[in-house]
Amino acid sequence: MKNVNVPALVVFVLFFALVTVMGFLASRWRRADNAQHLDEWGLGGRSFGTWITWFLLGGDLYTAYTFVAVPAAVYATGAAGFFAVPYTIVAYPLVFLFLPRLWSVSRVHGYVTPADFVRGRYGSRPLSLVVALTGILATMPYIALQLVGIQAVLDVLGVGGGANANWFVKDLPLFIAFGVLAAYTYSSGLRAPALIAFVKDALIYIVIIVAVIYIPIRLGGYGHIFDAAAQKFSAPKSAGSLTVPGNKQWTYATLALGSAMALFMYPHSVTGVLASRSRNTVRRNMAIMPAYSLMLGLLALLGFMAIAANVSKGDKAFNSQLSVPQLFADMFPDWFTGVAFAAIGIGALVPAAIMSIAAANLFTRNVYKEWLKPSATSADETRIAKLVSLLVKVGALVFVLGMDKQAAINLQLLGGLWILQTFVAIVGGLFTRWFHHWALFAGWAAGMAYGTWEAYGIASPATRHFGGNAAEIPGIGQIGYIGLTAFVLNLLVAVVLTLVLRAVKAPEGPDETRPGDYSAEAGDDELENAPEPVAAH
Amino acid sequence: MSSESDLTEPVMPEPPGEPVPAVTPERVLAGLALLVPIVAMLWVSSYDKADPAVGGMPFFYWYQLLWVPVSAVFTVAAYLLINRDEKARKAARRAARTAGDAR
Repeated sequence: MKNVNVPALVVFVLFFALVTVMGFLASRWRRADNAQHLDEWGLGGRSFGTWITWFLLGGDLYTAYTFVAVPAAVYATGAAGFFAVPYTIVAYPLVFLFLPRLWSVSRVHGYVTPADFVRGRYGSRPLSLVVALTGILATMPYIALQLVGIQAVLDVLGVGGGANANWFVKDLPLFIAFGVLAAYTYSSGLRAPALIAFVKDALIYIVIIVAVIYIPIRLGGYGHIFDAAAQKFSAPKSAGSLTVPGNKQWTYATLALGSAMALFMYPHSVTGVLASRSRNTVRRNMAIMPAYSLMLGLLALLGFMAIAANVSKGDKAFNSQLSVPQLFADMFPDWFTGVAFAAIGIGALVPAAIMSIAAANLFTRNVYKEWLKPSATSADETRIAKLVSLLVKVGALVFVLGMDKQAAINLQLLGGLWILQTFVAIVGGLFTRWFHHWALFAGWAAGMAYGTWEAYGIASPATRHFGGNAAEIPGIGQIGYIGLTAFVLNLLVAVVLTLVLRAVKAPEGPDETRPGDYSAEAGDDELENAPEPVAAH
Repeated sequence: MSSESDLTEPVMPEPPGEPVPAVTPERVLAGLALLVPIVAMLWVSSYDKADPAVGGMPFFYWYQLLWVPVSAVFTVAAYLLINRDEKARKAARRAARTAGDAR
């Protein structure tokens, strides 16, 4: 068993206590008149301005798992793991095109989730249901992975009791962390992660800036760091390289594009966007979000520093997920290690809170109200959403503790592939009503089935199935991201079936939106008659 | 009412009643500004090499990191262009409405 790093642990616990207090106080922050409306609990009253939205989205999209997994991928494979950087570069210009439209139409009609929009646009309950279920399915393992991020930190801190402690002592810190998280999410809703995101992002920026300056100085400069990496990857059986091998370039590009397209299909990303005050807030944020991408790029470089610092100490079975926590512990003074670990730990809480709220909104609006209790009032909706947010977190905890950690990682990879299959229905619907809702349904089903089947067939050293996310693209012969291939199939099926259904004049559902709704901004006529969100005072 | 709309008419980009066309120079330029970073990043073979290194960092890495701020500049440009375009559209819609009221 490792020794407990006491100074680091003390700093870690202090920060954790600070954000806990903030989480509970958040319910008083910018409070509105009508706390019983789901807009209040689930979207923070749709009142967040540019900076709060920036912190919220940053806290939401760049999760603890990102901080652990991106450098871990670079540590293990080199250049291939760096795809996260082009992914975030591509994402913002791409979503700039359609997120303002989603904000406007959602604001005019009071939509809380992407599935609400699909319901209103196509008048199709089944299509809306599968969009909602896909969202919940993709979010659950993502929440579970936030726990994996906290576990990595606790392991290196020396708490968690090591492998031979009994399971209760081992996981007690996790229980506490998640219990606290669940309690303040329940009472404060989206305001809690929005407020905590300030602390989280400030800590992350400080830690990364210190790390990319201080650690290279201690390791003898970037030249030495990359030399060490080159030497590691030149070993005969090495899986990595410093540039992308020619036959992997397609994989690199399709992973970047597919992940970028999937990013704002995730319910928690949409929640962050819909919580903003105006259409222009959304646009402005797409222009300032790259500050986080820069941080992510620097973070990825920590993977190379971990190689140069020899964090594995020659241990062949070293878990690459621990490379960055171990790097911090080896390089920083103890108290600053505590700050760095607090950054990762709090970095898990913010997205976990938003994800559970997003999943709860989906269940409440698109399953409970739509299918189980159509007469539900706003107060009922809020009550159910709060309860579901608890259930979702308990589910994630059981998932991580009861199942293999590898299963959570596999499912998260699959989640990205799945959520991408809602792209045609959502983004297509934002621009045109041409697609027939049954064609979109069939396209979704084809994409899901193909993607899952292909992923099932991929083995890796760690797992027999679902061991990766790239396979040969039929007709092109290159290795590419399965999610993107499935998306193309999805789109083709939707187009062909729409042509067929239009030819036979199949009946369509009603469309409750009008063209002007998609460009409505605060102050426009369209918004004057809109369901008024209980505005903050 | 009508005198008011007459006063504001000279600054309208279009005569009242006629909507701004779907394709404007602003929209085209904004689209291009958004397209540039996407193309640059997906064209992997253009930057998949180690030399020239800067400060010990291979080309592959510093080039992509450099694209983060560059892409932000393009997105800001698109934001400003679209803002201009939407203002013109809003003004045209208002003019059309006031003209309709006056009739």
